[in-house]
Parts: sequence; structure tokens; C-alpha cells
Amino acid sequence: MAPGVQGFMYPNEVELQWSVLIVLYPYITGLVAGAFILASLSRIFNIAAVKPIYRLSLLTALAFLLVAPLPLQLHLGHPERSFEMYLTPHKTSAMAMFGFVYLWYLLVVLLTEIWLDYRGDIVRLAESRRGPMKWIYAALTLGSYNVSPESRRIDDRVGWAVTLIGIPSAFLLHGYVGFIFGSVKANPWWSTPLMPIVFLFSAMVSGIAAVLVIYQAITRIRGREADMACLDTVAKYLFYVFIVDFSLEMLDLVHRTYESNESFRALDFMVHTRLFFSQIVLQIYLGTLLPIALLAVTQVVKLRAPVRRVLYSTAASLTLTGILAMRWNVVIGGQLFSKSFLGYTTYKMEFATREGLLPAIALMILPFPILWVLLKLLPPWEEQKAT
Amino acid sequence: MDMNRRELLVGVGKFIILSGSARAALNGDTETYNMAEHWWGMTIDVSKCIGCGNCVRACAAENGVPKGYFRTWVERYQVNGGDMEHPRVDSPDGGFNGFPPRGPSNAKSFFVPKLCNHCADSPCVQSCPVGATFDSPDGVVLVDEKYCVGCRYCIQACPYGCRYLHPTKHTADKCTLCYHRITKGLTTACCEACPTGARKLADLKNPADPVHEFLRDNNVQILKPQMATRAKVYYKDLDGAVR
Amino acid sequence: MKKILRESEHLVRLALLAAILVVAFLAIRKAVVPAGFGRYGHYRAPALDDIRARPISFAGHEACEACHDEQAKAKSQGKHAQVSCEACHGPLAAHADDPDAHKAVKPDPATLCMRCHAADSAKPKSFPQVAGDHAGGESCGGCHNPHSPAM
Repeated sequence: MAPGVQGFMYPNEVELQWSVLIVLYPYITGLVAGAFILASLSRIFNIAAVKPIYRLSLLTALAFLLVAPLPLQLHLGHPERSFEMYLTPHKTSAMAMFGFVYLWYLLVVLLTEIWLDYRGDIVRLAESRRGPMKWIYAALTLGSYNVSPESRRIDDRVGWAVTLIGIPSAFLLHGYVGFIFGSVKANPWWSTPLMPIVFLFSAMVSGIAAVLVIYQAITRIRGREADMACLDTVAKYLFYVFIVDFSLEMLDLVHRTYESNESFRALDFMVHTRLFFSQIVLQIYLGTLLPIALLAVTQVVKLRAPVRRVLYSTAASLTLTGILAMRWNVVIGGQLFSKSFLGYTTYKMEFATREGLLPAIALMILPFPILWVLLKLLPPWEEQKAT
Repeated sequence: MDMNRRELLVGVGKFIILSGSARAALNGDTETYNMAEHWWGMTIDVSKCIGCGNCVRACAAENGVPKGYFRTWVERYQVNGGDMEHPRVDSPDGGFNGFPPRGPSNAKSFFVPKLCNHCADSPCVQSCPVGATFDSPDGVVLVDEKYCVGCRYCIQACPYGCRYLHPTKHTADKCTLCYHRITKGLTTACCEACPTGARKLADLKNPADPVHEFLRDNNVQILKPQMATRAKVYYKDLDGAVR
Repeated sequence: MKKILRESEHLVRLALLAAILVVAFLAIRKAVVPAGFGRYGHYRAPALDDIRARPISFAGHEACEACHDEQAKAKSQGKHAQVSCEACHGPLAAHADDPDAHKAVKPDPATLCMRCHAADSAKPKSFPQVAGDHAGGESCGGCHNPHSPAM
């Protein structure tokens, strides 16, 4: 048979259709959803401890959301036709409907919430800055320079409502990506009603972990002390959400193993061979069990702040790797076995081609310079305001 | 030239045939084709397939199928006794050059030709985000290569593995049931080339079509009925071990 | 009331911007969606014509029989009655259209005949199959007339 193929595959199945770029896409949108939900906690549930990372979370979500469509564009056979998804969306297609969910989330939720929250700063900067920056801020004001307390009160009320719709919208944003996989009845690795929920909880885990890492990194760069009450609260949420996420994944695994249906033997073999490193080692042990254990230690044992900080960043970094591995296992794993259940193929990831490792790495790095620009444009913390 | 009556009649007959349907078909006269009068499918008699690969070659020639990709292919099964769940299956190059012969054995062996099932409830059509793949009014699932964006969702959605991404056009591609032929009164290239009559084009809306007798008088199966795709390629004598 | 309107003027501007974007989108959509889209279903109706316009490679056995009635007659009385001409001779629509410009090529029996008739355990038992040494090195055509192959 063809090289890299074990057993029998339908002839057209040997080559994988969705590459590492399609692994990146749910990962990035997951970070967006998770970061946003963390921001919402402070706004809707008035959890004061989390307030210091509110604006940072929103900007992180935006930086990643702007990059999210790029792996898809690189993957498409005809990216110049991609706008067709908005012109003639096929209402029965999960992928088509997602285009609108993305647009809704970007425009109506995220950008609106950021604008409403930052409007005071935008107006102030439009009035105080000179040169090209002045025009940028002036454009952002939409021509209104009214920042009276009453108008800001209205902004706060409307922003609260936007955040409120934003939470189910964030759930929809990433749950939908799960549905795009979960609704494919042809693929038993993907087809389960649990898929949107597993995706959503792993998104929250990765988003919270991302903010934890970014916040600690930025405060280190600014030469400041991270707010420990904030870090402790965020870490606590990471821990709780992780327990739920892990339970869901174990439920899926136990259910499959117990029912042991037609697809199980083929999938089980795949997990123990081709997916062993990415699923068992990276996703489960290093990416889930170890960070949960580290976080559990911080919840149960009284530790000094520097120790807690190290444990938090270690746990968060492991989590981010683990959730990336999870996306890999879903997307690539779902294509490594034959729909005849009689064979397996290999993913030949290239390096410097349109869908290779190099653009994947570049796309993962890209949100950070974008975030840097956003942080300069819309500084999140009082001390960074220009005078 | 001295022509007798017989030669004249034969000559006139040839002229009429050539200038009539055959030439019309060759020149693409589609004005007499009404989509509403047809509902296309195919019947496959597994017990007649000899695995010669004629169909695979004919399809590639007729439709310009790129090498290494398959709009139709043939699988060879070997089923050992009662082990229905672990058949030994091979499809070297999709059966393009036939199969390397295997000597006699006690196992049950047979060939199964496969192609797009032109499902009436097609999951690939459902999944297409832009409307590039669709079900024609006469029951053929087709791809609009000028509109396809190449997202490959349809390829993931097909339970039968009959789709691929065209390597140079970068659009989804698959069996068209030789739509350009059947709408002109010809049969598909694979059916034309099949030497044993294992594959036969079927028009379910035509009361005179042999498909009705086929469906009535035989044990008929479709691939993966649990997927509820309402596949329209009907197999006779399809062993339960076939995936 | 007037005060609320004055204080939320920026929101009105935002709503206006949104409205402009929606209108622009609808206008672009009207201009850009291809003609004939949606006529029969959610697809571009002209695609059916595009697909139908593909040139034909196999003429179909009726076209062959119109001229080659001798071979057709011999075949119809033999074991290869159901085997269409192009199953062995390959795609010949070009030849049927212009017989002199495109000559048909005689297929090579060694590969052609063996593809169907080489013995394989997966072939139906009733199907005539031969082992490799059947012809003792001779060409199949030495004993069998391909149009009526029974001896």
C-alpha cells in the first residue's frame, strides 16, 4: 500500500485534508472565549479581585480573535472566494453559520465592549495627543467627545448588557467550533454531542491559563508586582474549570471504552500507537493531570507568594501545551484512521509550505505583537496613561 | 460505383444513425433533456465484478481524474470464515491496473466497486458552507468548481471516502455520475467499460428501467445504511463484511 | 428624555455606523452573488450547464456499431456479447467523430486479456479464468477471436 499506511484505507483517505492550521484555529478561538469569560467574571459577577486583568483579558481576546481567521485563509483552496460564506451562506452548514457567529462576536460583543469601556481614555487621548496618533484616536471617538459622568454611566450600563450577552456569545463562539466537528456523523472520533461542551470547557481552561501567563509576563516586563489576590482568584477558577473539563474528557473516554462499539477498537489502537505521545503523554499526563495536581497543591497548602507564582505559571504553561495537544488529537487524530476502521495513515506535516509548521508557528506568535500594539494604543492600567 | 439496394439501405441507415442520436450526443444536443423526468442512481452486482479495473481506467480517461485520486475504485475483500469484523482488504492504486492475482484459498474473496453514492440525503451537501456542492434536480450530487472555496468540509462529511481535493484546481472533486454523458442519453464511462455488466446506470423515474426489477427480485444493500444518507447506489450480493 | 438623548449621542453614532455597514454589506451582496444562484436550490444553476459541457471521450457502443456492423454481429453471437467495444478498445469518441483523423489503436492482448481472465481467487467461480501458463507463451489472439472468443 501507499507509504505511511497501515492496513486498508479508502484510496482517497490516505492524504489528510485538515492540517496543523486547522489545529490552530480552535486553539486560538478557544483562547479568545476563555479570556473573555474571565473578563466577564469581573464585570457581571462583580468579582473585584479579578478587576486588574479585566482590560488585559479583553485586549488579549481581541488580539487572538483578529488572528483566528488567518489559518483558515491559508488553508482554503480558494481564499479569494472565502467571502462567499457571507454572501451565500448555506444554512444547513455549521461552518457557514459560524462565520456569522464570529462576526457577531467580534463586532457586537468584543469591539463594542472594549469601545464602551475605553471611551473615556479614547476621548482624553484624542484631545491630548498630537500628530498621526491624534487622528487615530479621533476616529475611534466616532466624532463624539462627550465624556460627562452621565454619559459614562450610560456606557457602563450598556457595557454591562453587552457583557451579559457576551457570555453566551463566547459560549456560542467556541461551542460552535466543537459543533463543527461534533456534527460530522461520518467520523466517530468527532461525532458526539459532548464535543461542543468539551471544546468549550477546554477553551475556558486555555483562555484562563493564557491570561494568567500573559499577566505575569507583562507585570514582570513593567517591573511591577502582580496582584496576588487577582492571581490567586484566577488560578482558583482555572482549577475548578479544569476539574470539569477533565471530568468531561474522562466521561467521553470511559463511555467509548465501555460501549466498545464498531469504531472503538480502531480508535483505541490509534490512541495507543500513533496518538500515544500527543494524547497520553502531552494531553493527559503533562497537560491535564500535572497542572491539576500543581494547582491542587496551591489550593490546599499555604505557600508563599513567590512559590505560588512559579506554580501558577508552570501549571498555566503546561495547560496551554496540553490544550494545544488536545486540538491536535481531535483534528489530526480524526483523520489518521480509515472510515473503514481497517487502517491508519500518517500525517506528513511539511515545514515551509502554505500549510506547514512554519506558518503555524508564525500565526501563533502573531497575536503577541498585535497585543503589544493594542496595549500601546489602549493602555489597560492607570499608571500607563499618557499625560 | 455500383451499389446494390442492400448497401444503399445500410448506407442510409448509417447516415441516419450517425446524424441522429449519436452525432447529436457527440455534439452535445441537450435540448431534449428534462431534469424533472429523471432520478439517477446505479446498480452494482457484486457477484459479477471481476476486478479488472476497466471502470477505474475509463472514469479517469473520461473525466480527467488526476493520478492518485479516485472518483471510482475497486476493493478486494478476503473474509475468513465467520470473522466478519476483520476482512483483509486491498485496493492497489484503487484497482487502476487491476489486482495482482492471489492464488486459491479457503477464504471467501470478492471484489466491490465503489463510487459516490449520490445520496438523496447527502451529508456532504448539508455541510457545504457556500453552496458549491449540491444535489441536482435529477438526483446527481455535483460540485461547482467555480464556486468551491476548498474548505474540505464535504470531504470530511462523506462517510464513504469518495471525495478528494483536486491537486491543481484546489476544489473538491468526485464522481459526477458522468452527468455530461447521462444527460445526452449515454451511460456512464464506468458502466460502458464494465465487461461483465456488474455496473449499470439506473434511472429510477423511468418505468422501463431494469432497476425496478433489480430492486424487486434481489437482495439489495446500500453501503452504511446506519448513516441514513439514502444512498442511491444499490448493491446485489454485498457481503456483510464490506465496509 | 432630551438629556438621555444628548448623553447617549455617541451610542447613536455607533448604531449609525452599524447601519451603514449592514447596508454596505447588502449592497455588495446584491452586486456580487452570481446570476442564477438559487434557481433550483442553494447553488449556482449555471453550474449544471458548465458540467454538462464537458467533452465526451467514450462514444458508447451504439456509435461503434453504426459503422462496424460486422464486428458487432460477430460479437453479439459470442461470449463477449455484453462487452462493449470501448471496454477493450478504449475511449473512441474522437474516432467516431472523425474516423480518419483519429485512428483506433488495437489493444495489446497480453495485458488486456489477462486483466479480466487471469486467475484470481476473488473472481466469481463461474467466470472463465486461466493460469499464467495457459497459452504457453503464445498470444491470446493466436487461438481466440477477441470478438467471439469461444473455441
